[in-house]
Amino acid sequence: MREDLQHAVKLARIELTPEEEARLGSQLGDILKYIDKLNELDVKDVEPTAHAVPLTNVLREDQPGKSLSHEAAMRNAPQTANGLFIVPKIVE
Amino acid sequence: MPHTLTISQLTDKLAQGELTSREATQACLDRIAAVDGQLNAFLSHDLEDALAQADAADAARAAGEIKALLGVPIAMKDVIAVNGHPLNCASKILGDFNSPYDATVTQKLREAGAVIFGRVNMDEFAMGSSTENSAFGPARNPWDTGRIPGGSSGGSAVAVVADECIASIGSDTGGSIRQPAALCGCVGLKPTYGRVSRYGLVAFASSLDQIGPLTKDVRDAAIMLGVIAGEDKRDSTNVPEPVPDYTAALTGDIKGLKIGLPKEYQIDGLDPEVKAATDAAVAELEKQGAEVKEISLPHTEYAIATYYIIATAEASANLARFEGVRYGARVDGASPEAMNRATRGAGFGEEVKRRIILGTYVLSSGYYDAYYLRAQKARTLIRQDFLNAFEQVDLIASPTTPTPAFKIGEKSGDPLQMYLSDIFTISCNLAGLCGISVPCGFSKEGLPLGLQLLGKPFGEPDLLRAAHAYEQATDWHTKRPQLV
Repeated sequence: MREDLQHAVKLARIELTPEEEARLGSQLGDILKYIDKLNELDVKDVEPTAHAVPLTNVLREDQPGKSLSHEAAMRNAPQTANGLFIVPKIVE
Repeated sequence: MPHTLTISQLTDKLAQGELTSREATQACLDRIAAVDGQLNAFLSHDLEDALAQADAADAARAAGEIKALLGVPIAMKDVIAVNGHPLNCASKILGDFNSPYDATVTQKLREAGAVIFGRVNMDEFAMGSSTENSAFGPARNPWDTGRIPGGSSGGSAVAVVADECIASIGSDTGGSIRQPAALCGCVGLKPTYGRVSRYGLVAFASSLDQIGPLTKDVRDAAIMLGVIAGEDKRDSTNVPEPVPDYTAALTGDIKGLKIGLPKEYQIDGLDPEVKAATDAAVAELEKQGAEVKEISLPHTEYAIATYYIIATAEASANLARFEGVRYGARVDGASPEAMNRATRGAGFGEEVKRRIILGTYVLSSGYYDAYYLRAQKARTLIRQDFLNAFEQVDLIASPTTPTPAFKIGEKSGDPLQMYLSDIFTISCNLAGLCGISVPCGFSKEGLPLGLQLLGKPFGEPDLLRAAHAYEQATDWHTKRPQLV
């Protein structure tokens, strides 16, 4: 796999097997070559579109309402204790 | 045979007391037991819960309640939250996740009286065009079980065409409702972006995703859209447009409606049978009084590249939440980062990994302007093409897919070839339009073909009117595969 793609794999936090790395490396190389097609376009004076519907600053009243209970929000976590998520040790 | 009915047929029979919701629901459950072994449309269904909902609907009807979907069994794509039921997005990474709340669409279906009774198969996280990317095995095309049903809402289309449900819900990010509807032979409607709330839909690409129905006819699509559309404060991209009575648009009169044919859609890979079926469908619309003219969408050739940059970039951000901490499966590691890597490496399938890596790449420092920003600008040009075209025409017609359903495994080793088959459907999402696929014939091999119509933002009434008028003149939508 190309070095720049390896960097993206690291940022994406995805462990790949050597076989996956070889296969994805070549497939992603082909896809990147294909999307380079956009370089043909003159986009100098074009504004970017982030959303097709031009809504801006959608706000609602800041009123308290019902929300998930702590228990319901935590019930799908792989590991919890005392109402907290447990993760591997961060500092020694 | 209550499972073979459309929504409007079933609700008529329920209203006249000829059938109960329990009988209709039981018929769907029996049908699943009989045919789903060969189709793999359903990931799970809860028999007792389904029948309890059906009994409640029958009791409500007996008490005089009248609702649009009272007692109608509806299947849900495994990407939409149903309180108390599993939600996997056809992925291993969600483990034994169980939804703690209802999506807005689920809530609206419940309020309309629907029996929400099963989760249907899909490409993992809605990424794919074949339903081969499901961690629970591919769904199969009911017309030829050696072929793909399309995707990503493949299970939604199969369940409708195989009469395992009355109608289903899917989601469409680049054609994921319309393409499987075309390849399986049912109606698939992608509403305008912002028409249906995305709250409770697991996000793939937030600026493109939209929920919509897959149904046995156009009237049913109109009924379903009327139920699920509307304002929702929990989705800030939801547009507060009033919801019209979509069934009132089904007048059968399309005289003077202007339909555009994009000249750029005459592509090399277009199957001659698909082209012939589309041409015949357009001729039928013309016969009924529509005015057909050629239009141009000059940036068509950039749509796939634009889509696969924007969609993967948004996916890489949206799927960052699957890190083994707050929900789903976890693979242990010595540090949080090692745990994240191991969890995501084991939990995601290969297509999802490919797209997250591509999306991370196009957003990463040094590449953002060259890829992501450039794609957002290309999106502006693509959208402008459509807005220009819609100054001259009311609707745009094309094939839904360039070919009929391909064989399972045929394209799975070549993701780029798979992406290229999305050519007619993806621009609709980039431009924020509405679109529908209706059955328009069969190939010589007996595989369904679809006609796609695209409409202006919030132009669903015109879209449904034209699709319905076409459907009235043909019987493609009534054909069913031989199963069992």
